[in-house]
Amino acid sequence: MEMILSLSIGVLVASGVWLTLRPRTFQVIIGLCLLSYGVNLFIFAMGRLVTGAAPIMPKGGFVDPDNFADPVPQALVLTAIVISFATTALFLVVIMASRGFTGTDHVDGKERDS
Amino acid sequence: MLAHNLILILSVLPFAGAILATTMPVTARNAEVALAGGVMIAGLIALFLLFPEVSDGGVIRRTVEWVPSASLDIALRLDGFAWLMLVLVYGIGLLVVIYARYYLSPSDPVPRFYGLLLAFAGAMVGMLMAGNIILLVVFWELTSIFSFLLIGYWHQNAAARDGARTALIVTGAGGMALLGAMILLGQVVGSYDLDEVLAAGDIVRAHGFYPWILGLFLIGAFTKSAQFPFHFWLPNAMAAPTPVSAYLHSATMVKAGVFLLVRFSPVLSGTAAWFWIVAGTGMATLIVGAVIALYRNDLKGLLAYSTISHLGLITALAGIGSGGAIVAAIFHIMNHAVFKASLFMAAGIIDHETGTRDMRRLSGLRHSMPRTAALAIVAAAAMGGVPLLNGFLSKEMFFAEAAEWHNGTWLDVALPYLATFASMFTVAYSLRFILTVFFGPPATDLPKEPHEPPTWMRRPVELLVLIVLLVGLFPQALIGTVLQSGVLSVLGENAPEYSLALWHGFNIALMMSLTAMVLGAALYLAAAPRLSRANEAPAFLSRVSAQSVFDRVMLIGTRRLPLAAYGRLGSRRLQVQMRLIVVLVACGAIWSLWGATRLLPLNAFDNFQWSFALLWFAGCACAIGAAIQAKYHRFAALALLGGAGLVTAVTFACFSAPDLAVTQLLVEIVTTVLLLLGLRWLPKRMREIPGDQRPQARARRLQDMVIASICGAGVAAIAFAVMSVPPGLTIGDWFRRNAYSEGGGTNAVNVILVDFRAFDTFGEITVLAIVALTCYSLLRRFRPAPESVALPSQQTFNELPPISRKADREAVDEPTRHDVMMHVPSVIMQWMFPVTIAISAYLFLRGHDLPGGGFAGGVAFAIGLLLQYLATNVRWIESRIIILPIRWMGLGLLFAALVGMGSALFGYPFLTAHAQYVHLPFIGQVPAATALLFDLGVFAVVVGSVVLIQIAIAHQSLRSARLRAREEAREEEAREAPQPILPTTPPAPPPITPQEAR
Repeated sequence: MEMILSLSIGVLVASGVWLTLRPRTFQVIIGLCLLSYGVNLFIFAMGRLVTGAAPIMPKGGFVDPDNFADPVPQALVLTAIVISFATTALFLVVIMASRGFTGTDHVDGKERDS
Repeated sequence: MLAHNLILILSVLPFAGAILATTMPVTARNAEVALAGGVMIAGLIALFLLFPEVSDGGVIRRTVEWVPSASLDIALRLDGFAWLMLVLVYGIGLLVVIYARYYLSPSDPVPRFYGLLLAFAGAMVGMLMAGNIILLVVFWELTSIFSFLLIGYWHQNAAARDGARTALIVTGAGGMALLGAMILLGQVVGSYDLDEVLAAGDIVRAHGFYPWILGLFLIGAFTKSAQFPFHFWLPNAMAAPTPVSAYLHSATMVKAGVFLLVRFSPVLSGTAAWFWIVAGTGMATLIVGAVIALYRNDLKGLLAYSTISHLGLITALAGIGSGGAIVAAIFHIMNHAVFKASLFMAAGIIDHETGTRDMRRLSGLRHSMPRTAALAIVAAAAMGGVPLLNGFLSKEMFFAEAAEWHNGTWLDVALPYLATFASMFTVAYSLRFILTVFFGPPATDLPKEPHEPPTWMRRPVELLVLIVLLVGLFPQALIGTVLQSGVLSVLGENAPEYSLALWHGFNIALMMSLTAMVLGAALYLAAAPRLSRANEAPAFLSRVSAQSVFDRVMLIGTRRLPLAAYGRLGSRRLQVQMRLIVVLVACGAIWSLWGATRLLPLNAFDNFQWSFALLWFAGCACAIGAAIQAKYHRFAALALLGGAGLVTAVTFACFSAPDLAVTQLLVEIVTTVLLLLGLRWLPKRMREIPGDQRPQARARRLQDMVIASICGAGVAAIAFAVMSVPPGLTIGDWFRRNAYSEGGGTNAVNVILVDFRAFDTFGEITVLAIVALTCYSLLRRFRPAPESVALPSQQTFNELPPISRKADREAVDEPTRHDVMMHVPSVIMQWMFPVTIAISAYLFLRGHDLPGGGFAGGVAFAIGLLLQYLATNVRWIESRIIILPIRWMGLGLLFAALVGMGSALFGYPFLTAHAQYVHLPFIGQVPAATALLFDLGVFAVVVGSVVLIQIAIAHQSLRSARLRAREEAREEEAREAPQPILPTTPPAPPPITPQEAR
């Protein structure tokens, strides 16, 4: 499972990076979304993969941390999900405005000369 | 105890006054004067009450610990020397405040002036009272910044902007040097406390860092006090309003440098390097300043160079460093401040009442403004060192030190002659000031008819000149004790015996004075006819000027070099920049992780699951498909992106992260809707872009694919390596153990978000709100591209978009294809509204103990509203529900902050939560921690932000409908007009071919 997940993270990151290097704004925004999936999964994976042990604690008593999932990467990823939504929204509005002003959806605001 | 509070008041009062002053109305001139004057008077009273504590060398301290481990404290410290400087800051401040009331014209914004003046006074006070040398540098830099703002007060004037900028660059750079010196000093001494530093002179002088400390320290002091060759900023700063010059450039700011020299002389002086550099620079400045001052035609220019020269005198005294020299330096700081402030004010009165400051035009003003003339003549005589006035006394002390103190070097031997030479020029320029401006025939071609200024504009000058006279006549009685306390606080037990008497007999100092006066008068008479023709500077100095060197350095450093670097290294193309960044990051990661053994995987293929492999086979296919389709088949790419997102959510659910799965799923919905809305305004890319299959384009794609593959493989390798190693002890253990006992919730993720790390969450929701507002305001000026204006085919009944605009307009009112096709879904979506809201409430309420929480609940609520927009249209929904997303956001933020601050009522730090359970009817036990209230704030901000972004984009379709209507009206107008006119709007889109529309 670790192998599968890490390979998948690699594919997500590679697709995302490739798209962010492309000339059309829509490609870049899709790329950023893919990249954020990859990065979120990567951060999440830093807490190791645990099945069937949610970070829901018993009320009181001794708590053995090994029986529960690590909440820290989860808390980090939770905020990262919301923030990546915000970046996507901001970027979308910027590319909409940029296309309105320049008439093109090239990232440089103009088509390549040659 | 009273003293401790008083020094706190002294340092805080000006800043409080500044904040108050800037909030007053623009026209409240008298109220501003009352406020600023009140602050200054209060400061003077506080100082008066404090004097008994410091008069015999005592020191009052007050320390607020900040970072004790790094010896960084907010320490205030008042001794006799600082007291004396503070009296200047507050006393001359009071006079300047009154003077400025009459100087500024009604069109000048007074709140800014008085606000900045008070803030500057506060920075100066802080600098003088700082008991920690780092704190001292902080206030030192603040004085630079406020002086920049004050010099540039008339920012519509280019000279003021240039002068302000020059002053900021020079003094700011000096401040950086001073910071370096203070850090080194603190390292050598082992403490940043001023008292400990002052007591550690022997250690510092013997240390290997001493030359560095001395060099950096002196750069700081010399730039601030306008010493040669850094003096050029001061004349440029004369573009400031005259009250600012009278305050900053006579009494306070420029004195900061010499204050520092005197203050640190017990630590740093006594070496050959100190003597040569400080005394040498001081003497050079004294002479250069005096010589150039004689040549200036501008009244304020003359005074500026005279100030430079007098500051040189004080610096030279500090360089000599003997007990008597320090006494003379302190005494001259006071005397110079008094007579120079009065002279600046007099120059301002002349400028104000005649309209010019040019000495070639001014003449015979004693007829039209006799009182001002008398005052200015007395003050100028003090500047020239005429007996019976205060300037004479301290200058005599300087002469006596120059003549009587010896260390056997040639500079020491030359000192008396150099001092007499400079003094000769001082006499000459003082004479020029008096004779050309006030004597001779009355000037006839002045811009204004000269007359006496308003009484209260003259009062400050009168008071200062009275002090000049009284101190000159009765020095011991008036300021003997004050000076003594200042000297004691600097020199301690080494304070010398000295006498402040007017008459010391026919000694060598008096001889030097008399020689200077006779020769100076002769020099002026000989040079007078040529002065007004000379080009503002003696011939040998006009060719080299520090100013031109400075300008050259700035031109090369801030324009040519950056341009050259940009030309070689830069690119305007975003793709090139991105590629560079990605490659650099990848190289950095590879370089730092190469061969790291701890990253070698331990156990591979431990538990392989077919279902999971299949899941991610689909996920990877979606990701790669999205990457391929994003250029030409955007809707397909969006659908595939959603697929990858869903697989991610399922993965979270698989690996014990229900919170993440829920949130990812909900955010996925919102993101997809958002991008769909955005697609409406982006080009429908179906046709191939020209040149897309050229070899270069293919090569670029291949190259990027290699880069991307390396990045992906690297991340995968790191992820795998980390996952195959057991975690060991992590901070997560602590959170897991204490989630319930400390945070009162069983869902550790939620407890971290709203309790343990609530401050981070608070920052995050603030960011979210800012982003939403930015989107909203960016879209307010949105201008859609011309080819996106037409109604999309999905909203019309026909297969093809209407060609005629009339049909387009009618199409708005007709039922569209959209309406018909969406009839059943829209009914379902409307019915789903209450259900969605209930789910949102459920997610929110259970958040503290079970998966859910403010984020998930908020996004669910937003989706509920969003569905209504999708189901019908903007007009329909907004005539039924009024949503005020900005209020949601504002109230949410406010609520979260208030809940956080509530803990302060019980004496706990910001955002400390209290937890308990309450029983709600029908629902049962509900966790009611205050963290839940905080989460409510999070909920509201998330709802507001998400809805605001979506609505802002959705509303653009209304805008384009309006745009279409407007264009049509314009076309009809054009048709009615007799001759055809050129269209002013962008040309209509080319007719869209059926293939493309489909």
